[in-house]
Amino acid sequence: MNPIVFGVLFILIAPIFGGLLAGVDRIVSARMQSRVGPPLLQPFYDLGKLLQKEARQVNPIAEPLLLGHLGFMAATGAMLVGGTDLIFVAFVFALAALFLVLAAGSVNSPYSFAGAERELIVLLASEPFFILMLAAICKVTDASSYQGVLSSAVMVAPKLPGILLAFTFVATIKLRKSPFDISTSHHAHQELVSGLTSDMSGRLLAYVELAHWYESAILAALVVLFFNWSVPLGLLAFAVVYGLEVLVDNSTSRAKWQLVLRSTWVVTLLLVGGNVLALFLIK
Amino acid sequence: MSFFSKSPWILHYDASSCNGCDIEVLACLTPLYDLERFGVVNTGNPKHADILLITGSVNERNIDIIRNLYRQMPDPKVVVAVGACACSGGIFARAYNIQGGIDKVLPVDVYVPGCAARPESIIDGVVQGIGALEQKRRKSA
Repeated sequence: MNPIVFGVLFILIAPIFGGLLAGVDRIVSARMQSRVGPPLLQPFYDLGKLLQKEARQVNPIAEPLLLGHLGFMAATGAMLVGGTDLIFVAFVFALAALFLVLAAGSVNSPYSFAGAERELIVLLASEPFFILMLAAICKVTDASSYQGVLSSAVMVAPKLPGILLAFTFVATIKLRKSPFDISTSHHAHQELVSGLTSDMSGRLLAYVELAHWYESAILAALVVLFFNWSVPLGLLAFAVVYGLEVLVDNSTSRAKWQLVLRSTWVVTLLLVGGNVLALFLIK
Repeated sequence: MSFFSKSPWILHYDASSCNGCDIEVLACLTPLYDLERFGVVNTGNPKHADILLITGSVNERNIDIIRNLYRQMPDPKVVVAVGACACSGGIFARAYNIQGGIDKVLPVDVYVPGCAARPESIIDGVVQGIGALEQKRRKSA
C-alpha cells in the first residue's frame, strides 16, 4: 500500500484512538481512587460541548496559532506513518508543541504566561530524548522511515532496552501525567491549574484537546517502532506503558521544574548514552 | 445534538461561606457521591466553566470578584447558589457587611437550600442547573 494512505488513515483514526484512550484513562484513574468514573465516551462529549460553547478570544492571534498546533500535530503523525524521514518528524513534533507555547504566550494573563514558560521547559527536557531515540532506531535498523524500520530484520527492543526504558520515563511529559505535568495539571487544587490553557475557551480549548489526542496516537506509533517485528505486540506494549503512566499519575505529586529538567536529562544521558555505548562496545 | 447536559464543568467559588457548604461540595467529588459520573469537572478556571457554583453570601469585599468571575465565563452559563447564605444571606443576612444572597449581584438559576446543603441536594441542584444550561443554549442558538 502507498505510505500516503497510512498518513491519511492516521489523520482520520488517531482522534478516535486518542479520545477513547483518554476515556479509558479517566475510568481507570477513577477506579484507582475507588470511584465509578465518567462514561467511556466522556472526552468526546467534552469536545462536543467545547465546540458548542462561546470562544472568548483575548488575542485574535491565538486561534491561528492553536490551529497551527493542531495541524502540525496531525501532520507529525501523518508524516511519521506516511514514511517521512524519522529525524525530520522529530523536528515537526517539536514545532507543533512550539505553536502551543506561542498561543499561550500571546495573552497577558500571568497564569497563561507561566504555563507557556513551563511548557518550554518540558520541551527543553523531552526534545533531546526524542531526537536521540529516533536517531538510535535509524542507526540499528539502518532505515530512515517508519516502513523501513517495520520491515527491517533487526529487532529494535532487544537492541535498545535502555532507550525503551527512558521512553517510558519521558512519555510522562508528553502524556501530560503527574509528576511532570507542570504546565498542564488538570487538578483543581493546584495553584496553576492548566496555566497553559487558562485563557483558552470554547473551540480554542477543543483544538488543544484534539491535538493532545493526536499526540497520544503519535506516542503509540513510536512505541510500535521498538517492536518492529509485531505491531500488535507494540500496541500491547503501549497499553502497558500507558497503564504505568496512569498509576504514576495517581500516586505522585507534581515535581518542580528543576527536577523535571534535571531528571529527564540524566535519564536521557545515562540510559540512551549507555545503550548506544553498549551497542558500540558489544559489537 | 447538545453536549452541555453531558459535560457540565463547574467553577466553585467560596463567597463569605463558613466552609460548611464547601466541604459538602467537595464531598460530592469523593468516592461516595462521585459527581464525575455525570461528566462534571471541578475546573477552577472561569473561562472553562459552564456552571458557577457559589456558597456563602455577598459582602462588600467579594461583590466585585463574583461579578468578575461571572463576566469571565463564556456563554451559555448558569449560576447555582448553594446553602442558606447563598440563597438569602442566611443567619448573616442582617450583619453590617452582608448585602444578602447571590441573587443581589447575579441572575441565580438554581437555589439549593440547607445549612449546610447536603451532597444529595447539591447534586440535585447541579442536575437542575444542567437543565437550565440546556434551555439557555437553545435560546441563544
